[in-house]
Amino acid sequence: MEAFGLLLHGFQVLLTFKILSLMLVGLLLGIFVGVLPGLGGPNGVAILLPLTFTMDPTSAIVMLSCIYWGALFGGAITSILFNIPGEAWSVATTFDGYPMAQQGRAAEALTAAFTSSFIGSLVAVLMITFLAPGIASFALRFGPPEFFAVYLLTFCSFVGLGREDKHKTLISMTLGLLIAGIGMDTVSGQLRMTFGFEELFRGINFLVAVIGLFGISEILLTMEERLALRGHAAKINLRVVWSVWKDLPKYWATLLRSSAIGCWLGITPGGAIAASFMGYNLAKRFSDDKESFGKGRIEGVFAPETAAHASGTAALLPMLALGIPGSGTAAILLGGLMVWGLNPGPLLFVEHKDFVWGLIASMYLGNVVGLVIVLSTVPIFAAVLRVPFAAVAPMIIVSCAVGAYAIQNAMFDIWLMLAFGVVGYVFKKIDIPLAPFTLALVLGNRAEDAFRLSMIGAEGDMRVFWSNGLVGSITTLALILLFWSLIAAGIKKMQGARNGLKHSG
Amino acid sequence: MKQSIALKFKHVCMLTIAASAGALTCAAAAADWQPTKPVEIIVAAGAGGASDQMARMMQAAIQKNNLMKQPVVVTLKAGASGGEALLHMKSSAGDPNKVLIAYSLIYMLPLSAKIPFDWRDLTPVSVIALDQFVLWDNTTLPYKNVKEFVAAAKAANPPFKMGGTGSKREDHVLTAFMEKKTGAKFAYLPYKSGGEAATQLVGNHTAANVNNPSENIEVWRAGQVRALCVFDKERISYKAKVTDTQSWNDIPTCKEEGLDLQYLMLRAMFLPGKVTAEQTAFYVDLFKKVTQTAEYKDYMEKQALKPIFLTGADMLKFLESDEALNKSLMTEAGFVAN
Repeated sequence: MEAFGLLLHGFQVLLTFKILSLMLVGLLLGIFVGVLPGLGGPNGVAILLPLTFTMDPTSAIVMLSCIYWGALFGGAITSILFNIPGEAWSVATTFDGYPMAQQGRAAEALTAAFTSSFIGSLVAVLMITFLAPGIASFALRFGPPEFFAVYLLTFCSFVGLGREDKHKTLISMTLGLLIAGIGMDTVSGQLRMTFGFEELFRGINFLVAVIGLFGISEILLTMEERLALRGHAAKINLRVVWSVWKDLPKYWATLLRSSAIGCWLGITPGGAIAASFMGYNLAKRFSDDKESFGKGRIEGVFAPETAAHASGTAALLPMLALGIPGSGTAAILLGGLMVWGLNPGPLLFVEHKDFVWGLIASMYLGNVVGLVIVLSTVPIFAAVLRVPFAAVAPMIIVSCAVGAYAIQNAMFDIWLMLAFGVVGYVFKKIDIPLAPFTLALVLGNRAEDAFRLSMIGAEGDMRVFWSNGLVGSITTLALILLFWSLIAAGIKKMQGARNGLKHSG
Repeated sequence: MKQSIALKFKHVCMLTIAASAGALTCAAAAADWQPTKPVEIIVAAGAGGASDQMARMMQAAIQKNNLMKQPVVVTLKAGASGGEALLHMKSSAGDPNKVLIAYSLIYMLPLSAKIPFDWRDLTPVSVIALDQFVLWDNTTLPYKNVKEFVAAAKAANPPFKMGGTGSKREDHVLTAFMEKKTGAKFAYLPYKSGGEAATQLVGNHTAANVNNPSENIEVWRAGQVRALCVFDKERISYKAKVTDTQSWNDIPTCKEEGLDLQYLMLRAMFLPGKVTAEQTAFYVDLFKKVTQTAEYKDYMEKQALKPIFLTGADMLKFLESDEALNKSLMTEAGFVAN
């Protein structure tokens, strides 16, 4: 119960008028930068970081973390309204969130996203509160083979559980892996596939590709089919919030499953991105009505958002305890903490109790206040869809371009974004799924590095992936998921045969 | 091209001599030019790494002590193992609102990855610190000193895993030279950052690493890693206790321990090429002032950096010889791309 006492002390520190108003400002700023695609999370926090230099440490950290929460909430807004994910983990939210918006259920989708973000974060914060010390040591058990097994699991769950044709998923994933290979290779220290072209040295940035693949291609499709944003007749009032909340208990299994996946992958350093994809895929797998996913099912918003935010919050734990940030935004936050002489490491929890528990308390408060703020803005954001397409489309394209440029301050990235827009358009026309492509693009490099490091360490012996209980069970689970459709068919056949026997007997 | 830089250097050099001769002339020279836009510190590494931490320290030092009217922004350009930052500086010729915080990648990256870059394309401002390398192992391993560690490494099969940052870079070169000096073989695992190399060592996924003090300090203080020796001619000067029992000064040099290997890494500031002498003088003065702030001194001691301040001709001489050393090490290790 020591944790509880410390937490109460943390609340005590925070509950002053000054800190609460800073919290409010931080959240609003965070939501604002989160809404601008590309500019979102990392860049937003980086721009706002110097604001905190003149404050005392507690205020500064509360403000910074609230900007972080705000950006997390804000990221879902563009995913749902315009099919433009702001952060890597918002990609899966677009699968069902955007179709919902097109059907005039934008307010519902936004409420679902915000609510599930809140639930995911809350579960993760509770976990951090009570299990922090033990979890840090769990994260330490991850070496190269373990990391590779986790990535393999994510890839396999995509192929095995995907609704699309298996060969199309594979085509998409392989292309993603290929593009992920462009640039500097960490293991050999050599440049690959850059053809001496300096702009390619730094590789293809994931967010640039995603803004193009999802945002620009959507604009192209809309221009071709109809010159209007669908869903402009959205009903907009706060009663939507209650109607979504009333249905929440129905989805308890999805929420719980996604929270658990998020917490688990979040504390795996760097695993946060995989969480939203896995949360989504598993919700689909366990659903009775698989076909309706991807066509605007509210569960398809709950599942990835809960997982993403559980992992986004849980990712702060390895960041604080091990110094490894789980996302771009967390990385900037890390830089901010260091300015205050708070070096992340195993001793942070021992030496800076005040700070750590103040931060954890601010997670609770920030989330509650954040939820209230974003929910009250739902009607405003949903109303954006009522604006005529001719007025909104140029603004979307400009903000996409600004976002793509701002990530690395490179003009080349804008051209790249447009090229990916065309690629996305073609993929949609010939029914190749975009999700495996983006997943491979974001995890391809890490998976490759982890595999090659495992091989160097084990002198090329593949048995390293079954060398202990942890890595062995993850690898086995991955293979089961990969061949799931065959296994499921086999089970069905056996059941059929048994039934047949019974009948004949 | 070379000549024009050399000329420029004479000019800067004269300014610095003037500065040390009389503060009045220096102030007059520095007041000639002031940044008109926010100044960007370009970091050639990822978030949380040693360069990033140092840039943020300088950002805070400049802002808290009002050393400059314009604000300071930190920009991370970690792509292509930092090559992105180098090329960005190269293409920003004439822009006096960008400063690069550089380290030995300015010599190594052009050699190993054939990145079209030469530090002579930029304008050297000042060397502000030297970073140490320390040989660390996990405290749960039974090897308490270099001798025991090397003996075990020689006998080990499969070979010991040595973690480090990047391939064909500082850590890799040091590992190659440890192999040469001791006859032991290591399996070198290149990670993306020093922080990752540190946690992998704590998790016992590697047997050792040669991280900079700043990258391992937190896990050292937590008693999770052991400092075996420092790769320098003399011990680190800081005598305040860092862990319960040890100060930086208590770590023996590798030479004392029978492993005769020295390697230090520069931390230096560069402006893009084609900036004026007044602009360079402003930054020389600015970073001189930064090195006198409490923030800088505190940071140096905390991260066990070796204080140094070189500028003008001294810096140029230092860069030339440091480059030659790195080049010969890289060539000998077979890391130069052809």
